[in-house]
Amino acid sequence: MDRSSHPRSRRFAPVVAVAAAAALTLAGCSSSSGGKKAEEGAANASAGKATTPRMTVALVTHQAPGDTFWDTVRKGAEAAAAKDNIKLVYSADPNAGNQANLVQTAIDQKVDGIAVTLAKPDALKGVIGKAEQAGIPVVGLNSGLSDWKKLNLLEFFGQDESVAGEAFGKKLNEVGAKHALCVIQEQGNVGLTQRCDGVEKTFDGKLDVQNVNGADKPSVKSTLTAKLKQDSSIDYVVTLGAPFALTAVQSVSDAGSKAKVATFDLNKELIGAVKSGDIQFAVDQQPYLQGYLAVDGLWLYKNNGNYSGGGEQPVLTGPAFVDKSNVDKIAEFAAKGTR
Amino acid sequence: MSMTQQAEPAVTSPPVSGPGKEKDGRTRQRSLVLRLLARPEVGVFLGALAILVFFLIMAPTLRQGSSMSTVLYQSSTIGIMVLPVALLMIGGEFDLSSGVAPVASALTASMTAFELTLNVWVGVIAALVVSLAIGFFNGWLLVKTGLPSFLVTLGTFMGLQGVNLAVTKLVTGNVATDDISDMDGFDQARAVFASSFDVGGVNVKITVLWWLAFAALATWVLLRTKYGNWIFAVGGNKDSARAVGVPVNFTKISLFVLVGFGAWFVGMHNLFQYNTVQSGEGVGNELIYIAAAVVGGCLLTGGYGTIIGPVFGAFMFGLVQLGIVYATWNPDWFKTFLGVMLVGATLVNLWVRKQATRR
Repeated sequence: MDRSSHPRSRRFAPVVAVAAAAALTLAGCSSSSGGKKAEEGAANASAGKATTPRMTVALVTHQAPGDTFWDTVRKGAEAAAAKDNIKLVYSADPNAGNQANLVQTAIDQKVDGIAVTLAKPDALKGVIGKAEQAGIPVVGLNSGLSDWKKLNLLEFFGQDESVAGEAFGKKLNEVGAKHALCVIQEQGNVGLTQRCDGVEKTFDGKLDVQNVNGADKPSVKSTLTAKLKQDSSIDYVVTLGAPFALTAVQSVSDAGSKAKVATFDLNKELIGAVKSGDIQFAVDQQPYLQGYLAVDGLWLYKNNGNYSGGGEQPVLTGPAFVDKSNVDKIAEFAAKGTR
Repeated sequence: MSMTQQAEPAVTSPPVSGPGKEKDGRTRQRSLVLRLLARPEVGVFLGALAILVFFLIMAPTLRQGSSMSTVLYQSSTIGIMVLPVALLMIGGEFDLSSGVAPVASALTASMTAFELTLNVWVGVIAALVVSLAIGFFNGWLLVKTGLPSFLVTLGTFMGLQGVNLAVTKLVTGNVATDDISDMDGFDQARAVFASSFDVGGVNVKITVLWWLAFAALATWVLLRTKYGNWIFAVGGNKDSARAVGVPVNFTKISLFVLVGFGAWFVGMHNLFQYNTVQSGEGVGNELIYIAAAVVGGCLLTGGYGTIIGPVFGAFMFGLVQLGIVYATWNPDWFKTFLGVMLVGATLVNLWVRKQATRR
């Protein structure tokens, strides 16, 4: 029995040694390029601060953990909350039942307003009714364009995924694409499928769909490489999220394909790729704006009785195209992670 | 009981029969073919071969060398992690945190280098320390508490998932790390972890070489060293192993540390191949690693298995995943195809072994 303690302390020694070595090398090992130092100096958008009474708003989304898109939505919401003297309570769950429970907890906390995404509207119907009974105003954002009025939401901020897809398809016609590949990073996601369907509707060429495992980059890369090798007539790869566009660029070069890459959604790495011409264009639904307007909309309703879109029309935040002609204007905002 | 389980794979695996089994009539009667078929890696080899032939017929594009290189790349990123996972499984435990552990490692390396503006090699070493520490923690907690590895590593899995996300957000302000590709040392590190070279016009990824090299090393350790025997012994029967003087705690903890090393390596590949890391990645991969080891003939209960088997198991995963694409089957059915083919291949594996051991 006793012998086990010996090897363990022997195991520990190299770990400690490595840690010590790492600490010692820190001083002499700074990078002369890139890194935090190169990034410093960027400040967030700031406006004056409201003096209205403090209110609490819950933002409940169907975000999966670690998705850059939702991070941007949240930043927009936080910026509006800071400006409007609002305490923002953020929660998220990709499972519709769990998301409904999160809305219920917001009702239990007696918040002054709820902003919710409607990826699966039917699952949220009941709990949104309860919020209304409790006298809490509810606004929709991001997904649920066709359902927000049925659920009696106050207002809606977002992009019609189909409309965005259709705009994308038209753009593909403009740039002369003949055979495009629509890459779905999460099989079974309604919004993503709608985007591909929208593209197919207006695109004159042929459109194939490919599912990939978005949680595993090497798998995304090799699956796309395989597909491009299998069909060399594909001349445009359409990805539905910024990180996947950057991986698709590697796949194109690995497969020796001549395909070009365009994408939905932005992030700061993507901006550089658009600048350098690796990515042709990105269609942007402005997630920052969605989060910002949803929170600000609740503040306006409470303090001035306003509702955007007059309760009849949604407020569209996209599709806005980003390509080489306008990328420079957006780059500085994207560097802060707010575009 | 445990000693026979321990000794058997170690002795039967080299082609020359060991001196300890000189007059065993049962093994003598069986032909070489049957004895070969009875080995755990042969079934999975035949299963992989069957799938390969199937896809070579169904998908003409797969017949090109460059396509095979893509399949090997896909297999290698799974396979490098499957090696320590298989060793751990032979040692009687498994690790549910192996899916998110590479992401934790890559995040550590990226953030250390970026936030402190250091040479990326400092980040790489920091990530190694963190990865080994996670492995050590898993093993230590298991040995100290006596809890099953399912529970211990499920806790680590969830803990890491949250830490990956929360710490990344806390440090970078975003849920993905910043691009480190313009920093000092990046090109060197990329050469080690994520480069590629041409062989006769076919582009080969360096991960494939690492995979095979690690596999050769692991096979040698398992079959030719005392440590290898310890692994079989603790996986077979922990208490008897301890009774005959095998350092059970050391063996278990070190196996978890090995998984940590694998996670570090895969994490570094992901970082230097794709420049940034998203903190939510990796979930679900742990099941692929475990499945590849099981398909490769490792028993979920421990004490039995090889390294070559899981190598073929990982290859089979890569092959099926991409074969479906090359064969241009309807992508809506992708996961279903994957599931059916894997169960089918495992059944072939099982059938071959049954045929071989039937008398």
